[in-house]
Amino acid sequence: MTTSTTGYKVIGTRPLRHDGVDKVTGRALYGADVQMAGLLHGRILRSPIPHGLLRSLDASKALELPGVEAVVTCADLTDPGDRIAELGEGAVNLKHLSSNCLARGKVHYKGQAVAAVAAVSAHLAEEALKLIAVEYEGLPHVTDVRAAMQDGAPLLHDDLVTESLGKPTGKRSNIAKHIQFKKGDVAQGFQQAAVVIEREFHTATVHQGYIEPHNATALWNADGTVTIWCSTQGAFTVRAQVAELLGIPLSRIKVVPMEIGGGFGGKIRVYLEPVAAALSKKTGKPVKITMNRADVFEATGPTPGSYIKVKMGADKDGKLVAARATLAYEAGAFPGSPLGPGAMCIFACYDIPNVHIDGYDVVVNKPATSAYRAPGATNAAFASETVVDELCEHLKIDPLDFRIQNGAREGTRRADGPVFPRIGMVETAQTAKQHAHYTAPLGPNPKAQISNPKFEKAGDGANLGFEISGLRVPRRGRGVASGFWFNCGLKSSASASVNADGTVSLVEGSTDIGGSRTSIAMQLAESLGIRADDVRPAVGDTDTVGYTDVTGGSRVTFATGWAAYEAGQDIKRQMIARAALLWGVQPEAVAYEDGTLRCLSDDKKRLTFKELSEKLHATGGTIVGRASVDPPGVGGGFATHVVDVEVDPETGKVTVLRYTAVQDVGKAIHPSYVEGQMQGGVVQGIGWALNEEYIYNEQGVMTNASFLDYRMPTALDLPMIDTVLVEVANPGHPYGVRGVGEVPIVPPPAALANAIYQALGVRMDELPMSPGRVMAKLLAKQ
Amino acid sequence: MKEIDYAAPATLTEATALLARKGARALAGGTDLIVQVRENRRDAELLVDLKNIAELNTLRFDAKEGLVLGAAVPCYRIAEHPDVRKRYPGLGDGVALIGGVQIQSRASVGGNLCNASPAADSIPALIALGASAVIATPSGTRDLIPVEKFCTGPGRTILGPGELLVHLHLPPPAPNSSSAYLRFIPRKEMDIAVVGVGVALALNDNRTACVFARIALGAVGPTPLLVPEAGAALAGRPLAEADLERAAELAQAQALPISDMRGSADYRRHLVGVLVKRALRIALQRVKGG
Amino acid sequence: MPKKIHVQAVINGQPMDFLCEPRQSLLEVLRDELRLTGSKEGCNNGNCGACNVLLDGRLVNSCLVFGAEVQGKAVTTIEGIATAQGLHPLQQKFLEHAALQCGICTPGFIVAAKALLEKNPKPSEEQVRHWLAGNLCRCTGYDKIIRAVLDAARLGS
Repeated sequence: MTTSTTGYKVIGTRPLRHDGVDKVTGRALYGADVQMAGLLHGRILRSPIPHGLLRSLDASKALELPGVEAVVTCADLTDPGDRIAELGEGAVNLKHLSSNCLARGKVHYKGQAVAAVAAVSAHLAEEALKLIAVEYEGLPHVTDVRAAMQDGAPLLHDDLVTESLGKPTGKRSNIAKHIQFKKGDVAQGFQQAAVVIEREFHTATVHQGYIEPHNATALWNADGTVTIWCSTQGAFTVRAQVAELLGIPLSRIKVVPMEIGGGFGGKIRVYLEPVAAALSKKTGKPVKITMNRADVFEATGPTPGSYIKVKMGADKDGKLVAARATLAYEAGAFPGSPLGPGAMCIFACYDIPNVHIDGYDVVVNKPATSAYRAPGATNAAFASETVVDELCEHLKIDPLDFRIQNGAREGTRRADGPVFPRIGMVETAQTAKQHAHYTAPLGPNPKAQISNPKFEKAGDGANLGFEISGLRVPRRGRGVASGFWFNCGLKSSASASVNADGTVSLVEGSTDIGGSRTSIAMQLAESLGIRADDVRPAVGDTDTVGYTDVTGGSRVTFATGWAAYEAGQDIKRQMIARAALLWGVQPEAVAYEDGTLRCLSDDKKRLTFKELSEKLHATGGTIVGRASVDPPGVGGGFATHVVDVEVDPETGKVTVLRYTAVQDVGKAIHPSYVEGQMQGGVVQGIGWALNEEYIYNEQGVMTNASFLDYRMPTALDLPMIDTVLVEVANPGHPYGVRGVGEVPIVPPPAALANAIYQALGVRMDELPMSPGRVMAKLLAKQ
Repeated sequence: MKEIDYAAPATLTEATALLARKGARALAGGTDLIVQVRENRRDAELLVDLKNIAELNTLRFDAKEGLVLGAAVPCYRIAEHPDVRKRYPGLGDGVALIGGVQIQSRASVGGNLCNASPAADSIPALIALGASAVIATPSGTRDLIPVEKFCTGPGRTILGPGELLVHLHLPPPAPNSSSAYLRFIPRKEMDIAVVGVGVALALNDNRTACVFARIALGAVGPTPLLVPEAGAALAGRPLAEADLERAAELAQAQALPISDMRGSADYRRHLVGVLVKRALRIALQRVKGG
Repeated sequence: MPKKIHVQAVINGQPMDFLCEPRQSLLEVLRDELRLTGSKEGCNNGNCGACNVLLDGRLVNSCLVFGAEVQGKAVTTIEGIATAQGLHPLQQKFLEHAALQCGICTPGFIVAAKALLEKNPKPSEEQVRHWLAGNLCRCTGYDKIIRAVLDAARLGS
């Protein structure tokens, strides 16, 4: 089922990334690496309470400290009023965005920014924070989605009125929005079912966990122009957001995207940029603000905790006949959780005639949530894919056969409306079924020996094993799960100049988080018939490249790659015209094949791309290709994963023994980086599944805001992650590209839950499935 | 971080004089202290770096004297030391678990003890092995304190102003004895113990019965806990499964766990039982295996 | 202004003098005073490894060392790994194996892996995973990093 790769010279190969040497030698400059003469350091004062009114703020003592140059509060941002603006990432409520940068009268979560200081050193700025006197009037708080939905729950926003099915209800509550998708008649559908399973699930708030904390450096120049150097997934959306928050025209702002140390959706909304700019305006000097790790956890946008109820039914032949879901997502402090995508994805892997989905977007006293890799879909798949596994168990059907039988195909209509074009859901299940991992015996429950009793790093002793009957021996299980993510297109720009040595300098607008410069450059190289290494890609700032949407939605290789392809076509046309001029023929008489221009009327007249490049200056000047695209034809991504686990039945600790991710990738431009996206997504999913969570105390304070206690997986917690790239070419893209980055995070929690069930016979219905939770389930069963 | 002073004395006398100053704190590997000061969890005005003092860097074993473990000796030296591995394997287990490689390069057992975390990985093993703390005072005297009496609460020790932990002393191991330390963490590395258990035991000459056993618990009380009844219950027993079960139950009964973000009290108590049995089995295997 | 200490140390083979406040970490000194920004701050409390350097040949988190503590010592940072002859084999293998995505953790991993291979030139996969457990990567799932280190070890033989 792999599409033909013949005919491609560059696509499908694995060149070294263009920015690689800078990144392995420490030369690459990330946002926090910005240094300049006279730089001041900014620090943010944050709310110590989860909910309350800001009664007063006195910064006079801080300003008396020598070396402190300015303090800003929300008064230094423009009053946003009650406006909604389109800022390149969907509609944004400016009041909420502004309050999230610097609180306006009220704080809605512990860690919300309240004021900021600029000083000659970061240490001094920190000391100054302690000298700012803030008076809060504490209010009752609520941090759990279901509690927040109850009548009588503390209300976060006086002006929040529930919108239901697009219409205001007039009811004030923490439920910002109720959405609904319906297809067929579920009541009738469930009547046809031989087996119906209904379960409830809870998932914890989790963070993207990028290693680089947020940072921003701003210089408000004497002429009123502002330059911002920052770590962002989208320089243009930063420009738009900052312009709105500071009340200045777009054209006065230049955003320079520095190298970015991970984002996964969390570096789209601005936090520090407008604050650094306001401090620079007050001081006339450049100001750099960096977050520390606790700030990142407590004050940037994690992905929602959720409550999900799922009911699914299948007939005696194993055909899915009806599905019902209710999803409630924690938006955090302000409305806008990824509820919509979650509700659209929850049953998207299947062709189900009768579906009814309700969703609720609910505000709670936690940081405002942001996108995180396939936002909303992982929570949803944990619920639906666990129920599917239970259906398969009752029906005694192999879970992959079930997916092959019921999987969404070309022509399947999703509950929210769209009809799938050519997709690869079924192919991923078929491939997984044939994979050596799925057919391999799970292996005996180990009766391991004490390998070296004299001295070894014994850890918790689980690896030692003892030949004792009962539950003492770790138990193994295998689980499977599938997932869907839409992917997206959106707008991208690129320009490319031909150099006299036959190379091409490419400027594109997508910040490069995972090697996308190279996959974009490869598409330009392919289109021109030159080597990947002969394209020199660079990411432009907002003054040097055309408007480009964020690096997100698994869109960059698809859409910015398409822009590079179109820029290549533009160069081709101009190269043909130039060759025609040289040869004195009409452009129609020139062919461009494999990087060589050929005169159709005189076979002796040939010029390679390089040869013609040398002649450009003498024949009218250099050639610049350009493109700005907003491509349709986005191809959705499907994945099916298989995992083997071993569970220590005395402690509940789950160890991942083997993992295989099968994914429809459309066409892998640079297979290594496609594999890397899959492996990274899988491991984030494993972390989400097993240990990661925001743990809150009674005071509404996150108690584990550090890498030590947030417990992301380390290298020692994992096996190799095997990948299988299924290539069902996307007919909507010149090279068949589908987005690949997001869908791999979707199946892991459900796959692991299903594996744990096989190992222990307990169904996990809560994330994370941390050792204590697994043990509690197991003890409850006994 | 607020302003601090830094001093790196070369002698104990200088160090105790500096440590007698207001706001002075001893700095060894710094892996706990630097973070605590940075995050405003401990106050310090003067950090007294002890790593240049020869006496605090001593690590030596003598069959009669036992093990002398300088307070500033970094973990990697201890965990890799052949006498520690052979004669005090429980200490080796615990020390090797403190942080990753980077932390091992810096963190010291002396610092681990003085930091007085209830979850410290080296302390249960030290207690089980009968270690004592040798303390220098400003007046020049030396105090000897059993390790189980050294910590007085989370982050608190018996050390007064100007007092300094010089080294730890572990008695020579008894014949037919061994030790083990296990901890439970949700990940496999880079985590704080949810529960830690250190055990040391000695068998009779024909290895048919236990002569004595000491069991100490971590992360289930305000300080690491010696649970004497659990160890005493093993004396004279053949260490069959039922004996281990009995010791585990006694240890569980003496544990004082709380619920926090690292685990619930119930789960911790459950883990005490699991880890006591596992640690005893390992120590037993170590005696019998050589 | 806060009091500063004069420190002499050998940084990447070159004797250097610098002034620092006692409260400044080695990481701050490297980045802000010496402009060696290859060492990254990910957590500033010893849990991510992005700031890893070698201190007298031993792997440390530079965020958990005070600048004042390196008096008389030798520090090797990521900037000191490649030579005029080219990349270190680990750096080359990281590129060939696509062992980096965003690249922020990469300097720390390369410094840590270098320390490993100097101590144990033929590590097993498990030993590599154990050694690198103090370095967090959020992009790659570690697979390609482990392969790159194992391949560099093979190359070294």
